[in-house]
Formats: sequence, C-alpha cells, structure tokens
Amino acid sequence: MVTKRVVILGGGTGGTLSANRLRRLYPTDDVQIVVVDQNDDHVYQPGLLFVPFGLADGDEIVRSRHHQLHSGIEYRQVPIDHVELDTDSVHLEDGAVLDYDVLVVATGSVLVEEETDGLTGPGWLEKVFTFYDLAGAAALRQALEAFDGGRLVVNVVDLPIKCPVAPLEFCFLADWYFHQRDIRDRVEMIYVTPLDSAFTKPVASKTLAGLLEEKGVDLVTEFNTGQVDGSGGRLVSYDEREVPFDLAVVVPLHGGASYVAKSPGLGDELGFVPVDAHTLQSAAKPNVFAIGDAAGVPTSKAGSVTHFEGEVLVENIRRHLAGEPLDANYDGHVNCFIETGFGKALLIDFNYDTEPLPGHYPTSVGLPLLKESRLNHLGKLMFQSLYWHSLLPGRDLPGVSSAMPASGKNTKVAL
Amino acid sequence: MPTATYAGTEVTVNDEGFFEDPSQWTEAMAPEIARSEGIDELTEPHWQVIKFMRTEYTEKGTGPTVRVLGKTSGVSVKELYQLFPKGPAKVAAKIAGIPKPRGCI
Repeated sequence: MVTKRVVILGGGTGGTLSANRLRRLYPTDDVQIVVVDQNDDHVYQPGLLFVPFGLADGDEIVRSRHHQLHSGIEYRQVPIDHVELDTDSVHLEDGAVLDYDVLVVATGSVLVEEETDGLTGPGWLEKVFTFYDLAGAAALRQALEAFDGGRLVVNVVDLPIKCPVAPLEFCFLADWYFHQRDIRDRVEMIYVTPLDSAFTKPVASKTLAGLLEEKGVDLVTEFNTGQVDGSGGRLVSYDEREVPFDLAVVVPLHGGASYVAKSPGLGDELGFVPVDAHTLQSAAKPNVFAIGDAAGVPTSKAGSVTHFEGEVLVENIRRHLAGEPLDANYDGHVNCFIETGFGKALLIDFNYDTEPLPGHYPTSVGLPLLKESRLNHLGKLMFQSLYWHSLLPGRDLPGVSSAMPASGKNTKVAL
Repeated sequence: MPTATYAGTEVTVNDEGFFEDPSQWTEAMAPEIARSEGIDELTEPHWQVIKFMRTEYTEKGTGPTVRVLGKTSGVSVKELYQLFPKGPAKVAAKIAGIPKPRGCI
C-alpha cells in the first residue's frame, strides 16, 4: 500500500491524543503522521483556573508539546499560513508545503481581546485581567494578592468560550480565597453574563445560581459587554447599562486560529471549522476533520469533549482511508468537574440530548452529580496526572466511556 | 400551541412569541411584530437585518448570534443595538419570523 499522510494542525489536547491513537493503529509504513504547531508549550488548561489563587504555578502546568507525541510522529514547529482545500495542502509560514491525504484541524480557539472596545486599553493588566492564558493568570495572581477590598467583577463577554463553567469556578474560588485572607466582608463580587441565567443548561443553571447566591455573589444577566472602560472602572453594555468595578476579570471573545480565516472554505465567521456533529467530518471536504475547540459543533469547548471525540475521530479517519462509510458517532458527551471552593467540587455530565442531571457517575454507585462533594474535588486534582499519562497518550480511562452513561442519572427532575 | 395573528393571518408561535414555522411568515407581518417589540417604524437598515436573518436561517437552520450578525450583516453591533435596542439577535429573529437563535453552549 502507498503510504498515506495524515497532517494534524495543533499539538494540544486534540492533536496530541489523535496523533498518538493513530500511531498505535497504523504501522509507520502505512501512514505518516505529521503534527504542526507554532510553539512547544503544551498548557494543561484546566490548571489556569488555579494560578490566580496561588494553587498552581505556571511551570507545573506546561510541558513540551513534542515530548507528548509517541515516536514515529513527525513534529514541525512552525506557524501555519493557510490551508488549500482544493489542492489538499497546508502552507506553512516558512514557505514549506505539506500535502495531505487526511487533515485534522486541532488548533483550538484563541482569545480575541481586541474585538472588545477598550479591553486592552488603559487599565489592562492593572485593573482589568483575564485568567484564560498563562501570562494573564500570573498577572492576576499579583493583582489579587494586592487587592484588599472593593468590587470584583467577573465578566464573560460572549459565548462560545472554553470551559463555560470556569468563570463560575473562578467566583467560587475567589470567595474561598478572600475568606482565607479574612477580607471576604470587604469584597463585593458580581458575576456579569450575556446569558439569561448563570449557565446554559436549565437544571445545572439553577444549582449554580444557588451556589452564587449562597456565596454572596451578585448575578447580572443579559449583559452584552460593548466596552471595557479600564480607567473609569466600568463595563458598559451595548444597551448602555453600566457595571462599575475596582478589579475586573474578563473572559475575552474567542475565535478559531487566525490561519483558518485565510483558508477559503475551511471555517465559519468566527474561524471555527463546521463539521458533522456526530462524525466530525467537514462539510467542505470529506478528507478534512476537526476536533476539540477548533470544531464548530453544538457542545461545550472543553477537554473532556476533545477526549471523547478522539476515539470517534480516529475510527472515522480509519474508515475514510479504507473507503468505508463513516459510522462512528460522537454523542456530544461532556464531563466537567466544577470547583466550588473549600475543597469541594460538583460534577456535571451531559450530551447533545441530555442536559446535566443529578444522580451519580458513571453508575448509581459512582461520583455524585450536580452536588458538592470532597470526592469530586479530589477527582479534579487527580485528573492532571491522568491527562499527561493516559489521556494524551490516547489510552482509554478506566470507567470513562466516549458515550454518555445514562444509568446513574435521575431523569425526573422538576425545574 | 399558542397562536398570534399578524396581517390578518393566524400563525403558530412558541411561548416566547417566536414563529414555529418560518414559512407562515410574510413581509406584511413584519411591521406589526416590530410594533409589539416597541419598534414603531421599520427603516431600510432594519429590513437589511431582517432579510439577512431569513437567508441565514434558510442556509444554516438557525439565526445568527449578535456577534456573527455584526461580522456578516454589514451592520455593526453598535448599530444593531440602536436598531433593535432590546437585543438584536432575538428581536430581529422574532420580526423575521424565524425561531429563537440557538446561540452557543
């Protein structure tokens, strides 16, 4: 058989686990695998949440990208210029051209701070911060250490964002953090969201709104941030409402990687790659797939999604290369630990059709769902090790399946 | 299923007043729906957005979000809020007779 070439754009969660799974599936003579990324810093992104509170350091959550790839996978560290779907080729910034038989887009999402008026203007990294990248999270840690009272505003500009529960977790952990420092009574906390409730899904939204209230965090809904006025210390919405702040933690708008916009036919208006929600195959070309945050599918942008998609993606690539119809089916499964502070966490588990419900995961004797527990917190902490040693190498995690388990869930919940 | 009557024709809507069946919509209904949303007169830029919403719905099966509207409709987000102060994506979808935009998860 002629050697086929699979080119994987992005050496993050999706690119790495796909490459490693494909490498195990095929001998190197049959399939050549090339992973492309612009740097060698693989960030364990769930760890970013802990950095502002001094619970994790930057060097603990970053490792080399190429060291996570099995031998027999080629790693090219160079920025991508664009993809030409017509000629099945990737054009790199150094002028090199990579032809492919199958392309996997796994370049995640990027923060587009500049799309929000004033966000990176006066006050940026002085009283306006984000914890969605490592530099921001580290700068915020210093600002929090120096903060001894006032109005802390946490704002999501608009969805989609990575890990939509993270800004809520930030509020819960900030409440804990200020309690530890004995200044909680001097801090007013406000959560400002464009949604009409605390979260996107009704049952979980009710639980999460209850937790905000319990922890004394005010909730401002349907707020579409039009401007961040750092020097004036206020968020201004498009419909001219204002929320004043002393310290603002803003989750900026997200988009796909910038080369997507330069690749005709590949992405949508925001730079995400539209793919079939179940097979992960592009509508534009059958030999193009997307995984993780880069994919335009109607589910959360989260590591667990990427992990569950991986198994389906690799099977569908195998089928495509073998000329078989694609039948591997991703169900939209998402599984998130939500830190709630004071050593506890919630767990939510859902898919395209089933919203997060109470019960237990994965079965009726498993971890409690939608309920605070110490066990869930330990689960979240333990996960970092599983991420590097099981998930990225492409191993199946014991008891964790790609498809959402239904057995432990309580499906009769009154809203 | 609730109904509403616009331009003398009964149509099916959901609990929030969004059309269940976009094919029941006619241009003649738009001014009346707009008035119920507090917009007294539909100007040319209003129509530009309304027509854009319908085209997007036909092509993609859902109306665009405000951010996507701002990038693709030729009308900036700021202007969109001036045209539809109570929320461009939702109000324009309602006037254009398409279901509430699904938005993001």
